[in-house]
Amino acid sequence: MWLPKIILAPTTVAMVVCMYGFILWTGALSFTKSRMLPQWDFVGFLQYDKLFANPRWDVALSNLVVFGILFICISLVIGLALAIFLDQKIKAEGLIRTIYLYPMAVSFVVTGTAWKWILNPGLGIEKLVRDFGFTDFEFRWLVDQEMAIYTIVIAAVWQSSGFVMAMFLAGLRGVDDSLVKAAKIDGASAWQSYWYVILPILRPVFFSAVVILSHIAIKSFDLVQALTGGGPGYASDLPANFMYTFAFNRAQMGIGAASAMIMLFGVLAILVPYLYSELRGSNRG
Amino acid sequence: MLNRSIAACFAVASFVVSPVQASEVEVLHWWTSGGEAKSVASLKASLDKRGVAWKDFAVAGGGGENAMTVLKSRAVSGNPPTAAQIKGPDIQEWGELGFLASIDDVAKKNNWDGVLPGVVSDVMKYKGKYVAAPVNVHRVNWLWANPEVFRKAGASIPTTWADFMVQAKKIQDAGYIALAHGGQAWQDNTVFEAVVLGVGGAEYYQKAFVDLDMTALNSSTTDEVFKVFGELRQFIDANAPGRDWNVATSMVINGEAAMQIMGDWAKGEFAVAGKNAGTDFVCVAAPGTSDGFTFNVDSFAFFSQKDINKQNAQKAMAEEILGTNFQEVFNLNKGSIPARLGMARTKFDSCAHDSMNAFVSTAQSGGLVPSFAHGMAVPGAVAGAITDVATNYFNSKTSPAEGKAQLVAAIQAAM
Amino acid sequence: MTLGRLAIYALLVVFAAVYLMPLYVMVMTSLKDIEEIRQGNLLALPESPTLFAWIKAWGSACTGSECEGLAPFFFNSIRIVVPAVLISTFIGALNGYVLAKWKFRGSELLFGALLFGCFIPFQVILLPMARLLATLGLANTVTGLVLVHVIYGIAFTTLFFRNFYVSVPNELVKAAQLDGASFFQIFRHIFLPISVPIFTVTIIWQFTQIWNDFLFGVVYSGPGTQPITVALNNLVNTSVGGKEYNVDMAAALIAALPTLVVYVLAGKYFVRGLTAGAVKG
Repeated sequence: MWLPKIILAPTTVAMVVCMYGFILWTGALSFTKSRMLPQWDFVGFLQYDKLFANPRWDVALSNLVVFGILFICISLVIGLALAIFLDQKIKAEGLIRTIYLYPMAVSFVVTGTAWKWILNPGLGIEKLVRDFGFTDFEFRWLVDQEMAIYTIVIAAVWQSSGFVMAMFLAGLRGVDDSLVKAAKIDGASAWQSYWYVILPILRPVFFSAVVILSHIAIKSFDLVQALTGGGPGYASDLPANFMYTFAFNRAQMGIGAASAMIMLFGVLAILVPYLYSELRGSNRG
Repeated sequence: MLNRSIAACFAVASFVVSPVQASEVEVLHWWTSGGEAKSVASLKASLDKRGVAWKDFAVAGGGGENAMTVLKSRAVSGNPPTAAQIKGPDIQEWGELGFLASIDDVAKKNNWDGVLPGVVSDVMKYKGKYVAAPVNVHRVNWLWANPEVFRKAGASIPTTWADFMVQAKKIQDAGYIALAHGGQAWQDNTVFEAVVLGVGGAEYYQKAFVDLDMTALNSSTTDEVFKVFGELRQFIDANAPGRDWNVATSMVINGEAAMQIMGDWAKGEFAVAGKNAGTDFVCVAAPGTSDGFTFNVDSFAFFSQKDINKQNAQKAMAEEILGTNFQEVFNLNKGSIPARLGMARTKFDSCAHDSMNAFVSTAQSGGLVPSFAHGMAVPGAVAGAITDVATNYFNSKTSPAEGKAQLVAAIQAAM
Repeated sequence: MTLGRLAIYALLVVFAAVYLMPLYVMVMTSLKDIEEIRQGNLLALPESPTLFAWIKAWGSACTGSECEGLAPFFFNSIRIVVPAVLISTFIGALNGYVLAKWKFRGSELLFGALLFGCFIPFQVILLPMARLLATLGLANTVTGLVLVHVIYGIAFTTLFFRNFYVSVPNELVKAAQLDGASFFQIFRHIFLPISVPIFTVTIIWQFTQIWNDFLFGVVYSGPGTQPITVALNNLVNTSVGGKEYNVDMAAALIAALPTLVVYVLAGKYFVRGLTAGAVKG
C-alpha cells in the first residue's frame, strides 16, 4: 500500500524541515559568534560557556524545574479532583464546567493586566482581605524575589487546570459502570474504588494530560511577560524568556541559540523515556 | 468585447494609481497610542501632501523589543521595511551588516551638520554618511517632585544624593512614600543611571559606562555608586515591583509619594492630570546631575532599497522628519525637545526650556552623555548585562562590593 | 442533601469564584470611567456603568498611525484563522487515520518524532522560517502566516485524530476491505461519519491556539494584515502618559470574545468529544 505513505509525506516533509531542520540550524547557530543576525563564524563551545557563566540563566533554568513540576502536578491534582466532584451528578454541571474551562480560551496577553492587579498587594487579594478586617493578612508573592515564580504557577494552573478537568471528566464518563458496581459489591468504599479501579483505567488520560501540560510549561512565555516581566529583578525569568531576550533584544543570538539547545536536550532527557514507555505500553494493550 | 473594455478600465485605473503607489514608505515603529500615535499621523499627513504613501507597520511592546524581533526576521527574509525606528549604537550594527541606505544628499541639502548638535549627528552617521534621521532628544535624568508633599514633610528638594537621603528620611517619617518607583528592569536601570551620573560625575560616567574602561569600572567610585543605589531601596514602597512607570508618576501626582526619577516623558502624565509645571509639580535635574544631561534620541534608520521611487520616498521622509513642523508637533506631544537646534521655543513649557538650556550648556561643558539605560551608550549585549546587574542588585540584598564584582564580570562577558 | 454533598457543592462554587475573578475584574474595569479606576477598588461594581470604553476600543482607539480601533484587525484575524484551522484539522484527520489504521514500518517512529518536534520553542524558528517563507515567495503574506500555523498545528491535530481512531475496531476496516472498499472510501464512509466529536475538539483547540497567537502573527504578517492580538498589543502599550485602563480591558475582552463564545457554546461538545476517545492513549 503506498497511499498511506503519500498521505503522510507532506507532514513528514514539513516536520523534517520545519522542526528538525530548524533544530539543526539552531544547533549550528549555537556554535557561531552570531550577534545581531546569524553569522557563520564558528567558535566552538564559547556560547555555552558564556551561557552557563550567566547567573540569569541559572535562575531561569531552576525556575523552569520548580515551575514545571509544580504546574504539572497541581494542574493534575486540581483537574482530577474537580472532575471527580463534578462527576457526582451535580446540578448546573454545564455552567460550572464552562467556568472552569474558559481560562483556556483566553491568552495572557488578554488577562495579564488583570492578574497583575489581583496579585498586587496594594490592589488585589491582600487589600481585599484586609478591607474585610483581617489587617495582618499578607499576600505579596508578586513583589517578593523568592516567591514571584509561584505567582506564575498560580496563573498557569488557573489557565490549564480546567482543561485537565475536562480531560479527566471525559475519561470518567468513559469508564464502564459495571466495573464500579463490581467493586462496590466486593465491599470497596468510594475512595477505594476510585483509587484501585478507576484511576488505573485513566492512565492514558494522565499520559495525554502530561504531554500537553509539559508542552505548555516549556513554552510558557507570555505568562511571564504579562505577569512579572521576569521580575523582581530577573527572579521569575523562564528559559523561553531568556532565550527571546538574548536572541532578539540583546544581539547575542549565539547565546540565545545555545539556551534553546539546552532546553531541547532537557525535554529530550525527561520526556522521551516517558513517551517511549507509554506508547509501547499502549501498543501492547 | 465587454471583457476587453473591463480590462481597459483596469489598465487605465492602474496607470492612474501607480505613480502614487510606487512612491511609498513602509515604516516600522512602536509609537502606537496616545500623543505619539498622533505625532506619527502628522508625519504621515505631511508625506501624503508630497505624494508619498505611508504604510504603517506598528509593533509596540517593551520599548521596541517586539519591533526588533520583527525587523530581524524581515531582514533575514531579504525584505526589510523602508524605514525603521532604531536608535543609538544599533544603527552602527545595522550599518556594519550592510543594510542601511545613505541619505547624505538630503542631509547636505538641508544642512543637517549645521542644525544638529554633534553628539546627535554622530549617532545618525555610519562611516561619515547619514543613514538615519533623529526625531527628538529626551533628557533622562529628571527628578519629578510634588512640592505640596515636601512642604507638609518640612523637607526641601535635594540637589545631591547625600542630601537626598536626609530629605527622603524626613518625607518617610511624615508618612509619605519618598521615591515613587516602578520595579521593572528598565526603570531600575534608569535610577541606577541617575545615581552613576550624580555620584561619579560625567567624566566617570563616560569612561566607565560608555568607553567601558576597566580601570574606571574597578575604581572606588563604583563602590560608592552601588552604596548609594542600595540605600535607595529603603525609600521605595514594597509594592513597587512590576509597577508601570506611569502608575508611579500618578503616585507623585496625587500626593502619595514625593518624588520620581524618570525621563521627560513623565511630563505627559502630569499634563493629562491637568497639572502645571512649577506650581503643581516641579521638574529638576536628578540629584547631583544639574550640570549633566543623559540623552536619549529616537530616530528612524533607512534601509537600502533597489526601487528608485522608494529611494526618493525615503529621502522625502527624512526631509520631513527634520522639518521644523514635525519636530515641533512631535516633541510637544512626547515631552522631549527637538533634535535640531535654534527652533522657536514659545510653545514649549518651562521643563522643556530647562532641558533645551541644559542641552546646549552641557554640550560645551562635557556633561552631555548618552543614556546607557535607554540603549544610547553601548551595544545591546553590554547594555543588557548592565540592566541585569542593576535590577538584580536593586531587588536583592546584594552588598555594594558584590554588586561591583557582578557588574565588572557581566560587562566583560558581554564585550 | 448530605453533609458530604454540601461540601462538594461548596468546593465547586469556591473554585468557580476563583476562576471567574480575572474575568470579573476585566469586565468591571471596562465599564468604569478612568477616574473611578484611579481610586483603585478592583472588585467594586461600577458606579455609573458606561460602554464608552467598548465603543472606543472597537472603533476609534489608536493602534499605530491609524485610529480605527480593533474592528479592521478582527476581520484580519478571521481571514487567517479560518483557513488555518480547517486545513490543519483536515490534514490531522487524514494523518490520524493513517497512523491509527494503516500502520507501516516506521509510522510509529514518525508519530513519536512529530510529538517531540512540537516541543521546539517557537521563538527558535522565527528566523529560519522567515527565510523559508521568503524563498517560497510568501514573506509577510496571509498565505505564509496560514502555512506556519498549519505546520505547527499538525502535531496536535494528528495526535487527537490518531488517538480517536485507534479505538475503532480493526475488524471494521478489514471487513470493509474485503467488500472492496478503497482507502478513501473507508475513510469517507466509516470514519468521517463517527468523527463529529473529535472534529469539534480539534477545531476548538486549533481555533483557540491560532486566534490567541501573537508571536507568529506579529512576525509573519504584513502591514494591513496584522491579526487582532498584534493590534491589542499596540493598543495597550504606550510610552507616553495617559493609560486608559478601561479601554485596554475592553479591547482585551473584544479580542478574547470569539474564543470565549466558542467555549461557552461548544464547551459541552468539547467534553463529549474528549469522552468519545480523544483522551485514550
